[in-house]
Amino acid sequence: MRERSGTPNLHELDAGHFLHTGSQAPQNLAAHLDNQVPVESPRAVSRTSESDPAKHGEQHEGQHYNIPLQDLKAVFPHGLPPRFVMQVKTFNEACLMVRKPALELLHYLKNTNFAHPAVRYVLYGEKGTGKTLSLCHIIHFCAKQDWLILHIPDAHLWVKNCRNLLQSTYNKQRLDQPLEASIWLKNFKTANERFLSQIKVQEKYVWNKRESTEKGSPLGEVVEQGITRVRNATDAVGIVLKELKRQSSSGIFHLLVAVDGVNALWGRTTLKREDKSPIAPEELALIYNLRKMVKNDWHGGAIVLTLSQTGSVFKPRKAFLPQELLGKEGFDTLDPFIPILVSNYNPKEFESCIQYYLENNWLQHEKAHTEDGKKELLFLSNTNPGQLERLCAYL
Amino acid sequence: MWKGGEDGKPPRKAGRREPRLGPHSWILRLRHTTVVSTKKNIAALRRETYTLDFIKKQIEEFNIGKRHLANMMGEDPETFTQEDIDRAIAYLFPSGLFEKRARPIMKHPEQIFPKQRAIQWGEDGRPFHFLFYTGKPSYYSLMHEAYGKILDVEKHQNQLRAQGLFSEKTKTKDLIGSRWLIKEELEEILVEKLSDQDYAQFIRLLERLLTLQRGGAEEEFVQRFRRSVTIQSKKQLIEPVQYDEQGMAFSRSEGRRKSAEAEAVVYAHGSGRVSVNGTDYLLYFPVTQDREQLMFPFHFLDRLGKHDVACTVSGGGRAAQAGAIRLAVARALCTLVTEEEVEWMRQAGLLTADLRVRERKKPGQEGARRKFTWKKR
Repeated sequence: MRERSGTPNLHELDAGHFLHTGSQAPQNLAAHLDNQVPVESPRAVSRTSESDPAKHGEQHEGQHYNIPLQDLKAVFPHGLPPRFVMQVKTFNEACLMVRKPALELLHYLKNTNFAHPAVRYVLYGEKGTGKTLSLCHIIHFCAKQDWLILHIPDAHLWVKNCRNLLQSTYNKQRLDQPLEASIWLKNFKTANERFLSQIKVQEKYVWNKRESTEKGSPLGEVVEQGITRVRNATDAVGIVLKELKRQSSSGIFHLLVAVDGVNALWGRTTLKREDKSPIAPEELALIYNLRKMVKNDWHGGAIVLTLSQTGSVFKPRKAFLPQELLGKEGFDTLDPFIPILVSNYNPKEFESCIQYYLENNWLQHEKAHTEDGKKELLFLSNTNPGQLERLCAYL
Repeated sequence: MWKGGEDGKPPRKAGRREPRLGPHSWILRLRHTTVVSTKKNIAALRRETYTLDFIKKQIEEFNIGKRHLANMMGEDPETFTQEDIDRAIAYLFPSGLFEKRARPIMKHPEQIFPKQRAIQWGEDGRPFHFLFYTGKPSYYSLMHEAYGKILDVEKHQNQLRAQGLFSEKTKTKDLIGSRWLIKEELEEILVEKLSDQDYAQFIRLLERLLTLQRGGAEEEFVQRFRRSVTIQSKKQLIEPVQYDEQGMAFSRSEGRRKSAEAEAVVYAHGSGRVSVNGTDYLLYFPVTQDREQLMFPFHFLDRLGKHDVACTVSGGGRAAQAGAIRLAVARALCTLVTEEEVEWMRQAGLLTADLRVRERKKPGQEGARRKFTWKKR
């Protein structure tokens, strides 16, 4: 497809040679870091040794930091996008890029006033710009800071493709989703083990004739009950949310509510009842409880939300603005919030990403490390992180 | 011995009275048969021979018709050229036929009727040409002439050498822009069939003549058999010069592919941003293949991040729109780029419009090519 008729590519040989020697001898060049152009020391540009998100600042922008794999399993049992999980498995390391929207959010979170009602932050942007990974960065930070993390990996999973819907025992009008709820409870348990014994329930909950949870028992019991008795899983989730909301104001822990694809909570579902009548999101117990969580009538934490068109139902492909994706109802409910735009890579971040792939020997094409190759990738992906990742997978 | 008729064949009998064969041939039946006998006259079908008188009459008719046509179109009959005739006929008889050769034409009879040999022998049966019995008189006379010229030139050279005025300079005329006649063209000139060896021999003779030092007359003789080859379809591109707007230099052009039409505006200085119908090209073309099509002209010329493009496209499908934009962008880049690079682009095929269109479905078949399932019984 790329045919040439005798045009000599002058840049190829020079740049290839240049960068090749550069990446082979980082030790010599690291000493000259300050006086020379970043291109000459690629390792310094694409990576940073700072693995604590709390200490990330402007100087780390565009660089990848490493998350140890045990942390990964503890903090993100279910939160990472599937392609990223594959990348982690391939490279045997998890590296996230520090980017400006995440840095901005970190700054806000560090300065949160826990006496005020929880502030809502909404990450929005075009498809593939890195909203979910920015959310993961924030979650890692909060985990390091010992917050309690309430992470719903993808709210769209709760409004489509659900097989078993039971009528809720608690409220006859609502519907239960036992499978999704139990899966979420399992992951929640893995993520927040240490809090489950500390937090005590403040009410008595009766499950059925034989089982009940007494007042003052740890939250872990409720979670266990939900996992073992799948029929009551949705109610268990509801209880967890209610308790956490009530007790976050007390100050024992800070609560981070992180929801990916929050536009699923308002809008339409693809689920239907047996008589083929459509179900509105309010009629799903999980959604109903989650909506209560996202309201800012509690304090002691923060709410970070992400909009997503990728998994959404009945939304046009090109919609990415909060107004379009949330609809009037959602927008009014979430208003006021702080919108944070996540955009494509700027040149420095792009360069850093390519360097990272090169270091891990992910790009096998011989033109990949040349200037021309980079320009091609830039044009083809238009600096969109998702597209770039998919393109590089073929090289 | 029958007297040689006009075309050198035995005269045909006219008006047979009875059929040649038949079970009841003894019944005399008055039958009006046509002039052509029932047996197929293969000789007549071989070549439609036109007599000289016939051709002359056609030429007169053509000239008169040309004057009539000029009067009809309101132009001067004296200065009415063949191009004017063509234009007038296309105007008066508009035809929608795709095959250009099937449309109505009005050309000089020389170009319409194939060339034929005049009668080769006289009243007494004796041929005119001394080489008639070789079977290819004009070819052999041409070879004779060429060899005669070679001998003349050699004799001249020997004379000069004897006088001591011989100079070794061999002026090599520019043979690059021309080529030898091909065999078909030579056959057309000589109105005879040649074999490959004959043709090769003739070309060898001419080349031998070229190696010798020759004068003007020989040069002219050789040039009769060379055709120029520079019409290489190189200069067929219309490139409007770029114009300015708000101080920014840009160039606009169109492209088409399979019912998709695109118009592209390429700015001379930019950062590589492309917007299609107002939206970013990443959103408009989610498929990588389409973006690669857009990238091709820039990548080929090594100008990936240097131009901004704003284009509009409509019609067609996803790949057709991408192809149309690519053609429009390549054409627009012609104005902003050197001539050499334009030639490279043309050779790479960036400037050729792709005229593949959907083939129509034919009756009796399921699709354009697919036939119905064939069942043996």
